[in-house]
Amino acid sequence: MSSGNEIIVGGHKVAHHFDSAEQEFEASKLGIWLFLCTEILMFGGLFVGYVIFHNIYPEMFAEGAKHLDWRLGSLNTVVLLLSSFTMVLSIYYAQTNQQKKTSNMLLITFLCGLVFMVIKAFEYYHKFHLGLYPGSYFSYEHAEHANLAMYFSFYFLMTGLHGTHVLVGMFLIAWLWIRSRRKEFNKDYYTPLEVVGLFWHLVDIIWIYLFPLLYLVG
Amino acid sequence: MSASHAEGKNYLNCEKGLWSWLTTLDHKRIGIMYMITVMVFFAVGGTFAMLIRGELYSAGRNIVGPETYNQFMTFHGAIMVFMVIIPGIPAFLGNFFLPMHLGAKDVAFPRVNLLSWYCLIVGAAISLVSLIYNGVDTGWTFYTPYSIETNNGTTWMVAGAFVMGFSSILTGLNFIVTTHKLRAPGMTFFNMPLFVWALYSTAVLQVLATPVLGITLMLLIAERVLGVGIFDPTLGGDPVLFQHFFWFYSHPAVYIMILPAMGIVSEIITAFSRKVIFGYKAIAFSSVGIAVVSFFVWGHHMFTSGQSEAAGILFSFITMLVGVPTAIKVFNWVATLYKGSVRFDSPMLFALGFLFLFTIGGVTGIMLATAGLDIHFHDTYFVVAHFHYVMVGGTLMAIMGGFYYWLPKMFGRMYNEFWARITFVLIFVGFNVTFFPQFILGAMGMPRRYYDYLPEFQSLNRISSFGAWTIGTGFLIALFVIIHSIRRGEKATSNPWGAKTLEWTTSSPPPHENFLETPVVTGGPYEFR
Amino acid sequence: MIWLNTAAAHASTFMPPQGTEIASQYDKLYGFIVIASLISCVLVIGGLVMFALKYKRKSENDKTAYITHDTRLEFAWSFIPFLIFMVVFVWGTYIYLELRTVPKNAFEVHVFGQKWNWDFMYKSGKKSTNEMVVPVNTPIKLIITSRDVLHSFYIPAFRVKQDAVPGRYTKLWFNADKVGDFQVFCAEYCGTNHSRMLAKVKVVSKDDFEKWLQDNPYKDLASADVGQKVYNAKCIACHQLVPEASTSIAPSFLGLFGKTRQFADSTSAQADENYIRESILNSKAKIVKRVSGEAFPPIMPAFAGALSEEELVGLIEYLKTLKE
Repeated sequence: MSSGNEIIVGGHKVAHHFDSAEQEFEASKLGIWLFLCTEILMFGGLFVGYVIFHNIYPEMFAEGAKHLDWRLGSLNTVVLLLSSFTMVLSIYYAQTNQQKKTSNMLLITFLCGLVFMVIKAFEYYHKFHLGLYPGSYFSYEHAEHANLAMYFSFYFLMTGLHGTHVLVGMFLIAWLWIRSRRKEFNKDYYTPLEVVGLFWHLVDIIWIYLFPLLYLVG
Repeated sequence: MSASHAEGKNYLNCEKGLWSWLTTLDHKRIGIMYMITVMVFFAVGGTFAMLIRGELYSAGRNIVGPETYNQFMTFHGAIMVFMVIIPGIPAFLGNFFLPMHLGAKDVAFPRVNLLSWYCLIVGAAISLVSLIYNGVDTGWTFYTPYSIETNNGTTWMVAGAFVMGFSSILTGLNFIVTTHKLRAPGMTFFNMPLFVWALYSTAVLQVLATPVLGITLMLLIAERVLGVGIFDPTLGGDPVLFQHFFWFYSHPAVYIMILPAMGIVSEIITAFSRKVIFGYKAIAFSSVGIAVVSFFVWGHHMFTSGQSEAAGILFSFITMLVGVPTAIKVFNWVATLYKGSVRFDSPMLFALGFLFLFTIGGVTGIMLATAGLDIHFHDTYFVVAHFHYVMVGGTLMAIMGGFYYWLPKMFGRMYNEFWARITFVLIFVGFNVTFFPQFILGAMGMPRRYYDYLPEFQSLNRISSFGAWTIGTGFLIALFVIIHSIRRGEKATSNPWGAKTLEWTTSSPPPHENFLETPVVTGGPYEFR
Repeated sequence: MIWLNTAAAHASTFMPPQGTEIASQYDKLYGFIVIASLISCVLVIGGLVMFALKYKRKSENDKTAYITHDTRLEFAWSFIPFLIFMVVFVWGTYIYLELRTVPKNAFEVHVFGQKWNWDFMYKSGKKSTNEMVVPVNTPIKLIITSRDVLHSFYIPAFRVKQDAVPGRYTKLWFNADKVGDFQVFCAEYCGTNHSRMLAKVKVVSKDDFEKWLQDNPYKDLASADVGQKVYNAKCIACHQLVPEASTSIAPSFLGLFGKTRQFADSTSAQADENYIRESILNSKAKIVKRVSGEAFPPIMPAFAGALSEEELVGLIEYLKTLKE
C-alpha cells in the first residue's frame, strides 16, 4: 500500500500520512502540548480541592505541613530543576549532533528522577512509620485537628499522582537513552526528545507548585 | 480521481483476518471497529431501557424489585452516555470521515487512535467487573455520599469510566492536531465541511473537560478505597463539591454528544437539498461558541443543591446565552431548504426528524434554564424527557441519518430505502409517544429514578412504555437493514447522493490511503451552482 | 391579553394544584413560555415542512439558488430569540428570588431526611414523621438537612424543592393559602426505596395547628402501642414483618427479640434490650448476617437523638410482641 515515495530524514522514516518531516514534527509538538493541557486540568481538579479545603480548615493544613520536612522537599525541588536542565541539554546536543553527550545527559536526567523517587520513598516511609496514612487508615495519635487525616489524603493523592508521572517520565527517558545509544537522534530528527522533554518539564512545574503548597504554606 | 482505479482493492480487503483488524492503524478500519463496538453497547443499553419501561408499565412491582430496577437505570444511563453517545459520532463517523473531509491520508497519530479504541474496550471490561460485586445502583451521575457507601461494584464502574475517559481524550487530541496540521492543499479553515467544525469544537471539549472527570472519578475511587474524606461529610468533606466537579465535565459532555450531531445534519441537509448551506460562518462559529460557553453553565444542574442565589442567577443567565447559537443553527438549516431541490431519502428524513425533535428539546431547555421554573422541574420526568429529546431525538437521529448517508461510502453498497424509511417512521413516532408524555409527567411532579409511582401517573407511563417498545422495534429493523445492505446491498457508485465534500470524490469503499492523489481544494465544501 | 391568561390556565392544567400564591405566579410564567415555545415550534417546524414540500426535487437537473448568507436576516434571528430569552430570564429570576427569599418572622420547622423517611421537628419539641402539619396563610421556613445521603424535599403543589445535604443546612420556604393535604416526594436519588420516600404536608387552620402542637400523640397509649406507631413511621420501609427473604434489605423484626444474632465479624450475641437499643442508636456497631451468610448492607442511619426515651422503650416493647 505504500505510495512508493518514502521520506527518510535523519535516518528516520516519516509516517506515510505526512507530507514532510517538518509536518510530522509540528503535529507531534501540537499533540504533546494538548496532552499537557489535559494533565494540567487533571491536576487542576486536585488543586481546586486543595484551595477549597484550605479555606475551610486552614489550621489543619498548618498542622499537616509541620509534619513534612521542608529540607527534603527543597532538595527534591533542586534535583528536579537540575533534571529539567539536563533534559534541555540533551536536546541541544542532539540538535548539534553530539550524540555521546545526548545520551549522557539523558542518563543524568534519569538518575535525577531516581534520586527524587528515593527521597520521596524515605519521606513516605517516615509518614507510614508515624501512622500518618491517608483517610481511614490514619492512625497517628497526637493529631490536634479532627480532620488531619484529610490533609494527608491530599498529600498522598497529590504527591502520589505526581510520583506516578515521574515514574512514567523515567520510563520514557530510559527508552530514549537506549535509542540515543543507538545514535538515532541527530539534528534532523529529535522529535521524541522534544516530546518527552516537554512532558518532563510539566512534571517539574507541577512539583514546583506542589512543594510550596504542601510543605511551606501553613 | 476516478472510481475505476485498482479494481477491487480498498481498505476493507487490502488485508485479511481478525488480527489485521485488531492491529490496524487505518482510521477507517478503526472507525468500523468503533461502529461495531458502539452497536453492541447500544443493544445492551437499549435492552436495559426496554426493561425499565417494562417495570414502569404499571405502579408497584412488575418484573423486578427496586434494587434490580435501580441497577437497570444505572447501567442504561452509564452505558448510553459513556459507551454509546460520547464515542458514537466522533469515534465512529468522525474517525472515518474527518481525515477524508480534510483530504488527509489518516489522522495525525494512528497508533494513538488505535490505543483510544483499546481504552474503550478495557474500560468497558472493567465496568463489567462491577457485576461480580453486586452491580451498581448509583445512577450514572455517581453522586456522593450515596456512591461512597453503596455496593462495591461502584468502584469498578467508576474505574471503567475513568479508563474510557482516556479514549475520549485521545480521540479529541487526534482530531485537533489532524485539523490543524493535515489539511490538504487549499483546504483553508473556511473550506472545511461543517462536520469538521463540529468535530473540532467537540474535540476541544473532550480534551479540556474529560481530565476533570478523570480526577473526579479518581477521587471517588480514593474515597471508597481509602476514605480520604473530600466528598464525605462525616469526615469533614463536602458532597456538593463532587457535583461541581462532576458537572464541570458532564455539562460540556452534553455538547460532546450533540455538537457532532449538528455537524452531520449540516452535511445531510445541504447534500439532499443540493444547495449551499445558508450562513456557513454562522454555523461554524456557533459550534465554537457553544463549546466555549458550555464550560460556564454547569451550575444549572444544581439550582436546588443549596448553591447561593447569586450563583443560581449567573448560571441561569449564561445558560440562556447557549440558546442563541443553538437557535442560529436551527434557523440556518431551515433557511438552507429555501429554494433548494429536496429529496426525501432516509438520511434526509432523519435529519428533518432531528430538526423537529431538537427544536422541542431546545425550547424545553430554555424552560429548565429559567432558574425559577427549574426549581419545580429539577429531577422530575420533565428533565428526563428534555434530555432524551436532545440526546436521542437529536444525537441518535443524527447517527442513524449519518449511518445511512455514509453507508454507501463505508461499505460500497446501498441500503434498502423502503425498509430504512420504515425504521425512520417507527423510531420517530415511537420516540414522541415515549417521551412527550414524560414532559407531562414531569410537570405533574413525578420525580425521576422512581421505581414505583402514584396511581395518577400510571396511564401516561403506560403510553410511554408502548412508545419505547416501538422505538426498540425500529432499531431492531434498522439492524437488519444495515446488515443486509453490507452483505447483499446493491453496489454503490462513488457519489450516489451528488454531494460535494471530498469523501465523495474517491471510490466506494475508499482505498487504503483514501485518495489516489492528494486532492487540491479550490473552494467551499457545498458549491452547488 | 385575555387569550394569554386563558392559554396560561390551560397550560397549567398539567401542573399540580396551586397551593401557594407563588405557584400561580409560577404557572403564569410557565404558560408564557409554553405559548412562546409553541409559536416558535410552529414557525420552525412549519417553515421546515413548507420549504421541504414546496422545493421537493422535481428532476435531477434542478437548479438551486446560490444563497450563502443574509446578514440582516441572521442578525434578526439571533437578536429576537436573545430578547425573548432575556425576558424569560428576568421573569424567571424574579420568581426564583421570590421562591428563595425567606420572609422575616417565618415559622420555622426543622426537616431531616434519612433513608427512607422524613422527620419534622418543631421548636416546641413536637416531632412527627412523614407528616408535616403547618398553619395556613403563614410563611413557613424549613431548615433541611440529611442524616445519611442526599435527599431532596419536593412539594409539587408549592413548586418548591430543596436538596437535603448531610453536614449542612439548606432552606426552603412557602406560604400555603389553602387548607388540605399536599404530596411530598424525595426528588434526589437515595437508593433502594427512593420512590417510596413519600410524605404529606397537612395545611390546617391556625387554631387546629395550635391544638395539634399541644397534642401528645402517645397520650394514654401502652408502651408497645407507642412502639408500633414509631415502627410504622420509621422502620417499616426496611424492616418488614415477614420472614427474611433473599431480597430483604434489612433483618425482619418477626421473632427478633431474644434470638441469637450472627454478626459479620463472626461474633454473635443475644438480642436483648441493650442490643436493640444499641442497634437503633448506633446502627453500624454490629452488622447482622443474612441467613445465606453474607452481611446485610450497613445502610441504616444512626437514630441517636432522633428518638425520645419513650419511643425507644416503646419500640423495644413492641418488638417483644412480634413472634415468628
